[in-house]
Amino acid sequence: MDGIETLSDGTGLAVAMSESAVDPEEVAHVADLARVDLADDELEAFAEQFADILAYFETLDEVPEVESEPDLTNVMRADEVEASLSKAEALENAPDAEDGFFKGPRVS
Amino acid sequence: MSHNAYITAEPIEGSDDGPLAGRTVAVKDNISTEGVPTTCGSTMLAEYVPPYDATVVRRLKEAGATIPGKTNMDEFGMGTTTETSAFGPVENPAAEGHVPGGSSGGSAAAVAAGEADLALGSDTGGSVRCPAAFCGVVGIKPTYGLVSRYGLVAYANSLEQIGPLAPTVEEAAELLEVIAGPDERDATTRDAREETGEADAYDYASAADGDVEGMEVGVPAELLEGADEGVTEQFWDAIDDLESRGASYHEVDLPSLEHAVEAYYVIAMSEASSNLARFDGVRYGLPASETDEGYEGDWNDTFARVREEGFGEEVKRRVLLGTYALSAGYQDKYYKKAQDARAWVKRDFDEALSEADVLASPTMPVPPFERGESLDDPLKMYLADANTTPVNLANLPAISVPAGETDEGLPVGLQLVGPAFGEKTVIRAGSALA
Repeated sequence: MDGIETLSDGTGLAVAMSESAVDPEEVAHVADLARVDLADDELEAFAEQFADILAYFETLDEVPEVESEPDLTNVMRADEVEASLSKAEALENAPDAEDGFFKGPRVS
Repeated sequence: MSHNAYITAEPIEGSDDGPLAGRTVAVKDNISTEGVPTTCGSTMLAEYVPPYDATVVRRLKEAGATIPGKTNMDEFGMGTTTETSAFGPVENPAAEGHVPGGSSGGSAAAVAAGEADLALGSDTGGSVRCPAAFCGVVGIKPTYGLVSRYGLVAYANSLEQIGPLAPTVEEAAELLEVIAGPDERDATTRDAREETGEADAYDYASAADGDVEGMEVGVPAELLEGADEGVTEQFWDAIDDLESRGASYHEVDLPSLEHAVEAYYVIAMSEASSNLARFDGVRYGLPASETDEGYEGDWNDTFARVREEGFGEEVKRRVLLGTYALSAGYQDKYYKKAQDARAWVKRDFDEALSEADVLASPTMPVPPFERGESLDDPLKMYLADANTTPVNLANLPAISVPAGETDEGLPVGLQLVGPAFGEKTVIRAGSALA
């Protein structure tokens, strides 16, 4: 991911989406952030469903602020080399590999 | 294999002896099995073969179990009906024409149909308890941290636990004994002996003695509101049954539960959007070359195309909504409020459990859906998780036991929730009924 991406920088989406009317272009923008291509009919269907689902999520507004002090502890172990997957095993499920590395598409 | 309960029916033999020798334990297909495909019910992982065993699988093998196959499931655990699997829906052996519940529908169906003696599922928001209730079997969602998640393909890792399904509470408890325990490969596991101060903290099967004399049962009013009449009738019959065996009950109010489902979905989808980022067609996942011969797009374009092909509709829906809930400008509105709701739910449960040994409710507010009924209405499917999701938010243990059938002959489940690491209490209470 290159840099910080937001929904609200100059797109006007912050206003549009909080009113629970979601149009397909807005769904397309989120899909782009999530790196998932969608067909046109999926965009339409999701826009309609997201309006309902987000309106329901907005009932969280009624939840009071709650102080919570979770019981957190660090879990550490000695920094010692242990047996792990071999390079070949780690690459076993990669569609493409070269010289012991994963091989992906060009970056830009 | 008539119910489509298995995705891969390739037996894995365990060691010759052990507490599970001679028994078959079906394993949900999001739990890694070395050398045997682990698809998560997704096209994305249709060809994925893990190079290692999940900790629970290693423990099953050491305990002498035979794994008859990997069970069908909602894609990546995202569903309440096992209809979102890329490998087709599962039929409910206990209610023909109806869904088996989800997302561990294959595991529950395998046990209900006698295609396995026992099974493992995973429960992120009810995915063991819901199919147990819909298929008329027993399912346990352990306390967060009781069972190792090492080798479980993550959907929403702050919420999920692997849990057993079985025909009876005692058998489910026996399987829990085998899989429970700390694991240095999952830093969120705890030692139940230290948590409870009991040397025999893991002796779950012996707790299935049906002795509920003097037990106090709390009934949260919020979890009965909106439940189907056919379900509540069976629920009160089960409470009567517990009362006749010496338990008593009182109603409690847990106002936070009104917001549990939306809090659960915001948190689960947010975690999913991050966890599923790894499926990029480079390290594993659908090879880009197969979807698009000669396609010359850059990293981002290729990534997006692979994910369009590899993910089903429900997974896309959750990844997108999770991405949205975490995006700048919306975190406070959705994610942070959901975390507040989670803390509130925990506090409410802690208070209620200070005056009750267990809390009881219907596992599902509705009987099993007809197949296809909820597919076009995701929100309807989400709302069916009203009674199970609060337990995951609060990290608590819960059991679902069969509690009769509606007049139409559809299975009903009773859910019993206990305090953290109070598995024995829910097992004891449940064993009075099944």
